[in-house]
Amino acid sequence: MSTHTNPPTKRERLVVVGNGMAGIRTLEELLAKAPDRYDITVFGAEPHPNYNRIMLSPVLAGEKTFEQIVLNGRDWYEANGINLLTGDRVEVIDRANRTVTAMSGLTVGYDKLLIATGSTPVIIPVPGSTLPGVVGFRDLADVDTMLEAAAKGGRAVVIGGGLLGLEAANGLTVKGMDVTVLHLMDTLMERQLDRSAGALLRHELERRGITVLTGADTAEIVGIEKVSGVRLKNGQELPADLVVMAVGIRPNMALGKAAGLACGRGIQVDDAMTTSDPAILSVGECVEHRGQTYGLVAPLFEMAKVAAARLAGGTEAAYTGSVTSTKLKVTGVDVFSAGDFTGGKDCEDIVFRDAARGVYKRVVVKENRILGAVLYGDTKDGGWYFQMLKDGTEVAPVRDTLIFGQSFGGEGAANPKAAVAALPDSAEICGCNGVCKGTIVTAITEKGLSNLDEVRAHTKASASCGSCTGQVEQLLALTLGDGYAGEAKAKPMCKCTDRTHDEVRRAITALELKTIPDVMQRLEWRTPDGCHHCRPALNYYLLCEWPGDYKDDSRSRYINERVHANIQKDGTYSVVPRMWGGLTSAKELRAIADVVDKFAIPTVKVTGGQRIDLFGVKKEDLLAVWADLNAAGMVSGHAYAKGLRTVKTCVGSEWCRFGTQDSTGLGVKLERMTWGTWTPHKVKLAVSGCPRNCAEATIKDLGVVCVDSGYELHVGGNGGMHVRACDLLVKVETEAEVLEYTGAYMQLYREEARYLERTAPWVERVGLEYVKRRLVDDAEGRAALNARFLFSQSFSQDDPWAERASGSVDRHEFAPLAQVG
Amino acid sequence: MDQSISWITVGSVEDIPRQGSRVVRTGFGDIALFRTVTDEVYALEDRCPHAGGPLSQGIVHGARVTCPLHSWVIDLASGEAVGPDEGCAGHCPVRVVDGAVQLGLAAFRPGRGGCGHG
Repeated sequence: MSTHTNPPTKRERLVVVGNGMAGIRTLEELLAKAPDRYDITVFGAEPHPNYNRIMLSPVLAGEKTFEQIVLNGRDWYEANGINLLTGDRVEVIDRANRTVTAMSGLTVGYDKLLIATGSTPVIIPVPGSTLPGVVGFRDLADVDTMLEAAAKGGRAVVIGGGLLGLEAANGLTVKGMDVTVLHLMDTLMERQLDRSAGALLRHELERRGITVLTGADTAEIVGIEKVSGVRLKNGQELPADLVVMAVGIRPNMALGKAAGLACGRGIQVDDAMTTSDPAILSVGECVEHRGQTYGLVAPLFEMAKVAAARLAGGTEAAYTGSVTSTKLKVTGVDVFSAGDFTGGKDCEDIVFRDAARGVYKRVVVKENRILGAVLYGDTKDGGWYFQMLKDGTEVAPVRDTLIFGQSFGGEGAANPKAAVAALPDSAEICGCNGVCKGTIVTAITEKGLSNLDEVRAHTKASASCGSCTGQVEQLLALTLGDGYAGEAKAKPMCKCTDRTHDEVRRAITALELKTIPDVMQRLEWRTPDGCHHCRPALNYYLLCEWPGDYKDDSRSRYINERVHANIQKDGTYSVVPRMWGGLTSAKELRAIADVVDKFAIPTVKVTGGQRIDLFGVKKEDLLAVWADLNAAGMVSGHAYAKGLRTVKTCVGSEWCRFGTQDSTGLGVKLERMTWGTWTPHKVKLAVSGCPRNCAEATIKDLGVVCVDSGYELHVGGNGGMHVRACDLLVKVETEAEVLEYTGAYMQLYREEARYLERTAPWVERVGLEYVKRRLVDDAEGRAALNARFLFSQSFSQDDPWAERASGSVDRHEFAPLAQVG
Repeated sequence: MDQSISWITVGSVEDIPRQGSRVVRTGFGDIALFRTVTDEVYALEDRCPHAGGPLSQGIVHGARVTCPLHSWVIDLASGEAVGPDEGCAGHCPVRVVDGAVQLGLAAFRPGRGGCGHG
């Protein structure tokens, strides 16, 4: 056993048990107040650095990667001199000797101990609950188990229709599983929603293909070696390959209890977040405070603030309990609730419904103050109601228009600067990081901050979703007066907005914007419906962010992508059928020849991408031309698309005496995998069968050069106006690896390049090292990117020609309205 | 004021996609009907004053259309190219009566080119 020895500085020793959100938030607050007071050791049972547990749902749904939800990477611990021990669970606290001992046998002494062990999922004690295939929804390991199960498809049963259960159900549905939710009560999320909102939510989930059974009481989980189903008390049996238990959480107080600390439903703490042992503090979901336990993030942060102040030596800070609000993190379902909305005697209900928009709002008022609020479908005023609820604001002056929200008649709406000036210091500006106005103003004056980036660095305000950026800028202007020079703006997207491509994209993700009008509304576009620069970009960003969910807006597409052919200088079109990997056949060539004769197509040309291009097709002939090509088995070649154009190949080992691998076959596989995708700009691929490189693979967006021992992958090349040879990304051994790298590379480009930015300038902008870090060094990240690519492809591989030739899509595009005169 | 014009009904507003266009074939050539996001309807000759591109195929934004060939922006009400480009697309009186789109073809005014296309 090794024992921790004090360093010569004789600083106090602080040990934190639990590397989750509450414990680490406490450290962040502490380091801000007293950076040098302690030598800090953190134990984490999970093998990861500190991550944002509330974002596990988007990870499950494939909307975020693990890297995107990491709050503090290992470099943060290093930079702050914190000794981080992950994957090592603390098992014993020896209060007499002030030491803790972990699973590995390591013993560390403390002067102050902070217990932040969080909570564990409640597993209902029915037969079968320990079978393999039964998981909770609590940590990354659970998410990995679910993703693994979902990859095989099949059926999932989620027990519990509360916040966590529904987020799990949605994620698993998105991942392709057939999901049933079992809920004991009549109303989903009955602790957060009233019946009306619960019914709307149920309807929306059912529309997404989730089966919801309410009043469903689980009797048994069935299975022999692993889960095969769930049996209900009414005898009904549901087949299942995966069972997710999401009936609730329980404070994880075992460690404290074993150490003899006073425990009730959790580890009991006073208003100073101190346990029955004055050397031991506790924060987060493991504590019981004034008889309450909490399972949401906001109270944890409030506790962390107090614990940090106390650890820093303060004697004033006190936690007095939290009023909480809830938001469901299911993309496209906006649900918010706060306070007490059961209503009743002396309470007044103000209700607003808009069936067409699927909006339901209910605000409960008692004695002129807001007691609770439930919002469904339109939650943008949730923060406003919640602030008034917490502050006990008199609502009489705005009573008549209260339900319509802040922007309707609320004070100061017309002048944002005055509105920010009027806020009290305690008003929360940044909801993501819980930063209030006073903190920001103090940081600006005391630390001499002069711009947004500095405010972000010092306070974290506006550092997450960015939706409070405007308010933070107002605060800079208010605090510094003429001393505020404003922000050096990067080039905005277009004249309709001041925001850059990257800012708009971040906002689409963070604010879950789902339509072009939503983006323009929320980001305050200056034009009614944008312009020819921003609309196609927004359409692409939304399509990329919300695969399967976003409905493509044809009116925001350039004509070529709208009619799936290339407009020529005389207003006719050119048509290029797909030839997989450049392969064709007598049947295809005969069909092409017949089409050329039948429609008197004037020019036929072989393209640089190994396809045949038919020039001079009249617009009104397009549907008939496509129908004939479709009949011979050909589909659109997407020669018009900001998407995958072609995979060019040489013949490779099948025929060539120099060929090392089956380059043609691999090209066909790559094209089958990637066709139909939409990308920021066009994408061309190639596969050469040997280093002689006859397919010119090293000036492509992605080129594969086969060698005896495998495949070299080259990226970021371009043979256009500015010729750029590819950079070598990596060498791999199998075709499967080539496919995975290709999917991951395509997705990274799709998610991070700006609209109309080819891979060549993109790779130069972000640097090859960055691309390598994401794709080569990070196998997990690569697999996740590839999975997101394939998921998005599941919605994009319908032949647009067949859809239109059959007359079911965009008929009006191809015929004149009338003939007169 | 409309007594001198004879109006010809060519279809209904609903036939034109919002933020889109449909073409009417006439003795003066193709006329492009545009419907804006706010449901106003305009009619222009389907020829960009720059290089003759089919304006009906462009992206409609506000009361403007961007030509698909070289991205000239044309004002739908006047047919004028939006600066710095100069030129004017031919235009034609149009009105909407009870949802029916009517053209005053007899009052069609041809455009004048920019960029030396006369």
